Amino acid sequence: MPEKIVPEELMLEVEGIRAGYGRVEVLRGVSLSIAKGEIVALLGSNGVGKTTFISVLSGLIRPWEGAARFLGQPLRPNPAAVLSAGLVQVPEGRHIFPNLTVRDNLMLGGYRRGRNARKRNLEHVLETFPRLKERLSQRAGTMSGGEQQMLAIGRGLMAEPELLILDEPSLGLSPLLVEEMFALIKRLNGEGLTILLVEQNVHLTLDIADRGFVMENGAITLEGPAQAMLDDPELQRSYLGV
Amino acid sequence: MFDSAILVPSVLNGITTGALYALVALGLTLIYGVLHIINFAHGALLMVALYMVYFLWKLAGLDPYWSLLIVPPAMFVIGYALQRLVITRASHGRDENILLVTLGLAILIENVALYLFSSDTQVVDTPYGFDVVEMFGAFVPYPKVVAFFGALATAAALWAFIRLTDLGRAIRAVAREKKGARLVGIEVGHVYAMSFGIGVGVLGIAACLLMPSYYVTPQVGHGFVLIAFTIVVLGGMGSFTGALIGGLVIGVVEAVGGLWLGESLGQIGIFAIFILILLFRPQGIMGHQA
Repeated sequence: MPEKIVPEELMLEVEGIRAGYGRVEVLRGVSLSIAKGEIVALLGSNGVGKTTFISVLSGLIRPWEGAARFLGQPLRPNPAAVLSAGLVQVPEGRHIFPNLTVRDNLMLGGYRRGRNARKRNLEHVLETFPRLKERLSQRAGTMSGGEQQMLAIGRGLMAEPELLILDEPSLGLSPLLVEEMFALIKRLNGEGLTILLVEQNVHLTLDIADRGFVMENGAITLEGPAQAMLDDPELQRSYLGV
Repeated sequence: MFDSAILVPSVLNGITTGALYALVALGLTLIYGVLHIINFAHGALLMVALYMVYFLWKLAGLDPYWSLLIVPPAMFVIGYALQRLVITRASHGRDENILLVTLGLAILIENVALYLFSSDTQVVDTPYGFDVVEMFGAFVPYPKVVAFFGALATAAALWAFIRLTDLGRAIRAVAREKKGARLVGIEVGHVYAMSFGIGVGVLGIAACLLMPSYYVTPQVGHGFVLIAFTIVVLGGMGSFTGALIGGLVIGVVEAVGGLWLGESLGQIGIFAIFILILLFRPQGIMGHQA
C-alpha cells in the first residue's frame, strides 16, 4: 500500500454518512476516523443512531450518502465483504446461535476463513476464554448471559478482525462481570486489536479508551481525547447526562 | 381383536408407506424450519417429480431407481431457482405473501400439468413391480421395502449434512438468528434458496422411490401434502426426528385404521391424532415449547 495515499496509522475513515429506515433519516452526516491500535469510544444516549451507524459499517444497512474507507479500500455495503476485509462487529444483544453448540457457534464465526485458519483461531479464542473450552459441546442458548457475551466476542475473534466493533458489551452483565469485560477489551487491544466501543457505561469506557466521540441526533457533536472528556464534568453533564 | 396374520402385514404396509410420507414431510419441515413458511407448492412439486420419473421411464426407458441420479438434482435446481427468482421477488419480503405465492404456484403447476398430461392416471411398469419380500411372516411388496430403506437412508444423510457440514451449520444458524448469521458473513438469501432447493430435491428422491408402487396424476400431490403437513405438526414444526417418527406413526395409523374402519375411513385416525396433538401438545412430539 503506497504510504502517500494511506497514512500507515489510519484504519477507518468515514465521511458524511447519511442513512435511515424508510424515509426516516437517522444518520445526518457522520464522519470519524480510527487509527490503528486505538480504542475509540462512541458515546451517546439511546436512539441517537449509534447502532445504525455501525450497521452501516458492517454492511447490514446501505447508506444513502457518504463513504467509508477501511485499510485504504472502500468499504462495500455487503456484510461478507466487510468481514473478509477484517471489520467485525459483535452486536448488541449478542445474536449468538442459541440452537447450536458453542463449538458450532465459533466455527461459524470463521465461516469466511479457511479450515486451517479456523483451527488456529479456535485455539487462540479458547486460550482467551477458557470458560468456553469447558462448554464446547453445550448448546449456546443454555449458557448464562456473561458466557453468551464471551461467546459473541469469541465468535467475532474467529473472523480474524483488524477492527473489532463492540456494541454494548457490558449490557445486562453483573458489576463484577462488567469490570472483567473492560479488562478483557483492554487486553485484546494490547494484543494489537483496534477497537470501536459503543457503550452507555461512560466512565468505564472513557477510562480505557484513547479517544471518544459523542453522537447526538445522528451526528457527531463532540470528539476528543478520552482523558480530557473524563476530566470535564461540564461536558459529561451536558452531553452524556451523567 | 385382530389376528396377527392380518395385523402384521398391515403394520408393515403402514411403516413402509409412512417412511415415504416422512420423506415428503422432511422437505416441508426443512423449509418451514429455515424460512418459517409453509410451502403450499410442495404437493405440486412432488407431482412434477413423479411425472419426471414417469416420462424418463416412458420415453427413455429409464428404471425409476436409475432416475435417482437425475430427478433429485433437477428438483433441487427447480427449488433453488423458484426460491431465488420467484418466491423472494414476488413476496417483497413479507411472509404472508410467501404463503399466497406458493399457493398460486401450486395452482399454476397443477393446471399446466392438467393441460399437458390430462387427468389420466399413469403408472410405470417394472419387472420387480409385483415382487414381494417376506418379513415377519408377511409379504411386503419389494418396491415398498426399497422405499422404506431409501427413505431412512435419505433422512440419515440429510441429518448428517445438517449437523456436520458448514452449509448445514449455516442453515441452522439462519433458522434461528438471521442477524447473527449475516454478521458472520453468511449470505441469507443463498441459504434460503439452498434450503428450499434441498427440501424440493428430497421430493425428487421420494418420487423415484414412490413411482414403482404408485401412480401419478396432476392432483396426486394433494393427499400427500395434507398428510405431510399433519406429520410436520405432529413431529414438531422444523424437527427432523419428529418428521421421521411422525411419518411412521401416521403411516401405521392409516393402515391399521383402514383395516379397522375400512379403506375409505382409514385417514380418520390421522386427523383425530392431528386434533389431539393440537389440543394437548401443540409443539409436537419433538418440538420445543414456544
